[in-house]
Amino acid sequence: MNILLQWWSPFLPPAASTASSSVDNLYGFIFWLTMILFVLVMGPAAWFIYKYRLKPGEEAKPTPRITHHLGLELTWSIIPSILCLVIAVWGFWDFMVLGVAPADAEDIYVTGYKWGWRFEHKDGFRELNTLHIPEGKTIKLVMTSEDVIHSFFIPDFRVKHDLPPGRYTSIWFTPTSKAGSEHQVLCTEYCGDGHSGMLAKVFVWTPEQIRKLKEDGPPIPKTADEGKKVYLQKNCNTCHSVDGSKLTGPSFKGLWGTQQPLTDGTSALIDENFVRESILNPQAKVAKDFAPLMPSYQGLVAKSEMEALFEYLKSIK
Amino acid sequence: MADNNQGQHKSFYEEGGKGIMSWVYTLDHKRIGLMYLVSVLLMFAVGGILALLIRLELFRQGPTILTAHQYNQVFTLHGAIMVFMFIIPAIPASLGNFVLPLLLGTKDVAFPRINIFSYYIYVIGAIIAIASIIFGGVDTGWTFYTPYSTGSGGKVIWMVFGVFVLGFSSILTGLNFIATIHKLRAPGITWSRMPLFCWGIYATSLIQVLATPVLAITLLMLIIERAWGIGIFDPAKGGDAVLFQHFFWFYSHPAVYIMILPGMAIISEIIPTFSKKAIFGYKAIGMSSVAIAIIGFLVWGHHMFVSGQSQFASMVFSFLTYLVAIPSGIKVFNWTATMYKGTISLDTPMLYALSFLFLFTIGGLTGIPLAALSVDVHLTDTYFVVAHFHYVMMGGTVIAFYGGLHYWWPKMTGRMYNETLARLACALVFIGFNVTFLTQFILGSKGMPRRYYDYLPQYQTLHQVSTVGSWILGLGFLIMVSYLLASLKNGALAPANPWGGLTLEWQTSSPPPLHNFEKQPNTKIGPYDYGVPVPPKKPGTLEGAVHGTSS
Amino acid sequence: MAQAVDELKHDHKHDEHPWFFHHHFTDVQQQFDTAKLGMWTFLATEILMFGGLFVAYALMFSMYPEAFKAGHEHLNVNLGVVNTAVLIFSSLTMALAVRSAQTSNKRGIIINLLITIACACVFLVVKYFEYSHKYHEGLLPGIFYSFPTDYVPHIEMYFALYFMMTGLHGIHVTVGIGLLTWILLNAMKGKYTSAYYTQVEMVGLYWHLVDLIWIYLFPLLYLVS
Repeated sequence: MNILLQWWSPFLPPAASTASSSVDNLYGFIFWLTMILFVLVMGPAAWFIYKYRLKPGEEAKPTPRITHHLGLELTWSIIPSILCLVIAVWGFWDFMVLGVAPADAEDIYVTGYKWGWRFEHKDGFRELNTLHIPEGKTIKLVMTSEDVIHSFFIPDFRVKHDLPPGRYTSIWFTPTSKAGSEHQVLCTEYCGDGHSGMLAKVFVWTPEQIRKLKEDGPPIPKTADEGKKVYLQKNCNTCHSVDGSKLTGPSFKGLWGTQQPLTDGTSALIDENFVRESILNPQAKVAKDFAPLMPSYQGLVAKSEMEALFEYLKSIK
Repeated sequence: MADNNQGQHKSFYEEGGKGIMSWVYTLDHKRIGLMYLVSVLLMFAVGGILALLIRLELFRQGPTILTAHQYNQVFTLHGAIMVFMFIIPAIPASLGNFVLPLLLGTKDVAFPRINIFSYYIYVIGAIIAIASIIFGGVDTGWTFYTPYSTGSGGKVIWMVFGVFVLGFSSILTGLNFIATIHKLRAPGITWSRMPLFCWGIYATSLIQVLATPVLAITLLMLIIERAWGIGIFDPAKGGDAVLFQHFFWFYSHPAVYIMILPGMAIISEIIPTFSKKAIFGYKAIGMSSVAIAIIGFLVWGHHMFVSGQSQFASMVFSFLTYLVAIPSGIKVFNWTATMYKGTISLDTPMLYALSFLFLFTIGGLTGIPLAALSVDVHLTDTYFVVAHFHYVMMGGTVIAFYGGLHYWWPKMTGRMYNETLARLACALVFIGFNVTFLTQFILGSKGMPRRYYDYLPQYQTLHQVSTVGSWILGLGFLIMVSYLLASLKNGALAPANPWGGLTLEWQTSSPPPLHNFEKQPNTKIGPYDYGVPVPPKKPGTLEGAVHGTSS
Repeated sequence: MAQAVDELKHDHKHDEHPWFFHHHFTDVQQQFDTAKLGMWTFLATEILMFGGLFVAYALMFSMYPEAFKAGHEHLNVNLGVVNTAVLIFSSLTMALAVRSAQTSNKRGIIINLLITIACACVFLVVKYFEYSHKYHEGLLPGIFYSFPTDYVPHIEMYFALYFMMTGLHGIHVTVGIGLLTWILLNAMKGKYTSAYYTQVEMVGLYWHLVDLIWIYLFPLLYLVS
């Protein structure tokens, strides 16, 4: 079955939502239709080039003067028009379905910012660049942006929508994948230097797993390796390098335990307290020569995650 | 044939005077066309090098040769240069300027002073826009979407003002050609006997004149937005970010047709000439150009299916988009039918025309899924879109431009280029292009977003293939530069009519004299009257014009 | 330039060319028709350029009608009426100037052009007083808005559009004065007769457009209700 699907609608990522099947069918229909049309146009063209080419040494013969053929011209105008009409209606139909969320959908609020995704569940549970949803549950994402236009794209679910600042837009989906599966989220509206790092993951879990997560927070061993995962997963890397190169924010390389100058002329020791404050209230102390651009991560970096991060920072010499 | 007179007359190169001043102050459409040609080729080289840089950066995952910020500036500049400084003026202002009056049998364009004025506006606009990199660069993408463009660092105002200035050059060229085509056609060249190149340029000019002013005012508002913070496009100040997109695409979608219609116009000349066959469906091709120009104004919203515009608007734009696809399809069918029972010679211009047919068909067909609303939700803003518009813009317009350049090169320079090398270069460009961009369709279907500095590991192999393709493409162009330059020095002298064409430019010497024709050109024979024995009116003047067995 | 000197090779029927005739046209009538078509095309681009601003105005007005009403109350309607009357009158004198050219009435052209230029200058002087008043009061676009009392949200957007629209129009008036002066000088040299008055007619068309745009701007900006 899977192989058949891949043959019918090639190159698409694995389908994982209820919307996928209809969209993929139209994609497949168009794919094969355009293949046929391509052969129908290029085939005769190739044949004419082969048949009527001027062979070396051959004398050019006068060509017949064929200027038009009404029947032929009507045929190749009307048939494509009908095909296009079918595709347009089909595409619009599915688009309508994608546009209206079912009444029983659960709302989750999404905020895009430079550069990451904040998710807020109805019960107040907040996540950064990860979204845990129960399997089979219809989800409606109500989205807005804090700064510039972003676009929320989950290839596996075939959904995408822009997030213009100053207004809410929404998408919805029902995952069909099994508990334990992961789906990539990408930003698809250019938003600056961290655009390609503005990633997140959707995790389809069992309701039981999600309940436990909400209660305990993620259990994380306090090691540099785990800290690095936090560093990458929270998209710290879009602004803070670990190799000394200057991005939007200061590099973490060799930072731990040093005195660093601040914009207000004083300096600060980079230790647990400084890092904690910089994550939760970034504008309090801003490093010299950098703009105060970092948003607050209050409620988005759990205590356990922060402690693992300390270990990682210590390890970057 | 007219080429009997070769060598007895001075060409416009000699007649117009020598030295740099004879070019600076010229009012001759041929010289202005050539100055445009040199300028746009230079811009193509710069934009092409930037493209190679982009591909090199994407050769492997992670940072390769650029930082994210540099990469963003590079793709912005690549887009802006290729769109505003290369493709838009490429065919109309350079080749069009040179051959349009020749095809119409007239001495010059309607307003020669406006013509040279538009060239200098072009140069000034290009300098202002490119100056932005020296003073700090621009990283907004060529689309300048708000509110990113109103808040980002860099010299956005320079770039936007440069594009604003370039717009006036485009408007004036369009205006000039409209007046020329309406009023300056030689006696006998009626609307229904006008070469299809002129129809294509006419439709293009209409769009240039009607759409560009809207871009101009939009860019002006963007500049004032940045300078005064007026807030029309800034939601934080009560404006509407999507309004900018509406304004921008109201120009920039018709601008797509400003780019492709002249390409189609060139193909409509090359295919009959090298098939020695009457064009099939003259009226359909001519009218479809005008239809595309008109409907093209009504489809801008198909760039914004996921932007938050109303579903109803999206539906209307989707239907209208399919409507504008039909005339393009009709043209492809007509070109194919023209080759039926022809005698086809596969010289370089024809090879480019056939490449166009192949690549443009792919570009057109891949537009179908993008116009289907639900499928577009998945594909928009991915590499599928990047591949689609490169197939149309580069596989279509750029390939047609180089076809036209090879077609009229003998007429413009009076020299023939090395045919073997030319075919080799054409083949490399064709192969390299497909390797570079076919892979990007697959990347896009898999979900690879556009304008990404870095990507997920599963996309790496295809990116590498694409980058290798860009090198083949670059090599093809490098060979082209070498043999074209060599031909200027060592090329064989070109006859008046090397391809046996019937349009009027082949009735005058190569290169033409200052006033284009020594005597009033004969317009008794239509531009595509191949294979029709026409009794010559005055014996001895037109014996070669019968059924294309000339040259 | 090169072509202008090189007149030898033409196969024109007429041996002597009038000063205004360009070699690449077949006759004077064709040249006149071409100029006229070109000018109308140019006017179409002008209308579309202002059209963008009108669309922006319409959208912003529909979003914030109160701000636009409050904004227009800061304008002096009387000055607007004066300027409208002045421009309409100048359109009349412009038309009379064209008429004088068609009838080879040199004195008529000069007098009518002088009145037209004078009207244009009056318009700009009035505009100067309006602008300077707003400048001193702080009735300015966007971030520069600093009028101390009666703030209505987004009123600064009204002033942004006010300054953009009247500013772009004012630039057109200024260019118009330059063009009018140019044809005035030519008229004084006696260049325009019933045989050739293309330049007068073209500048006239331009001037009517500038006038017409103001007739739309005036109610939009001064008479919001």
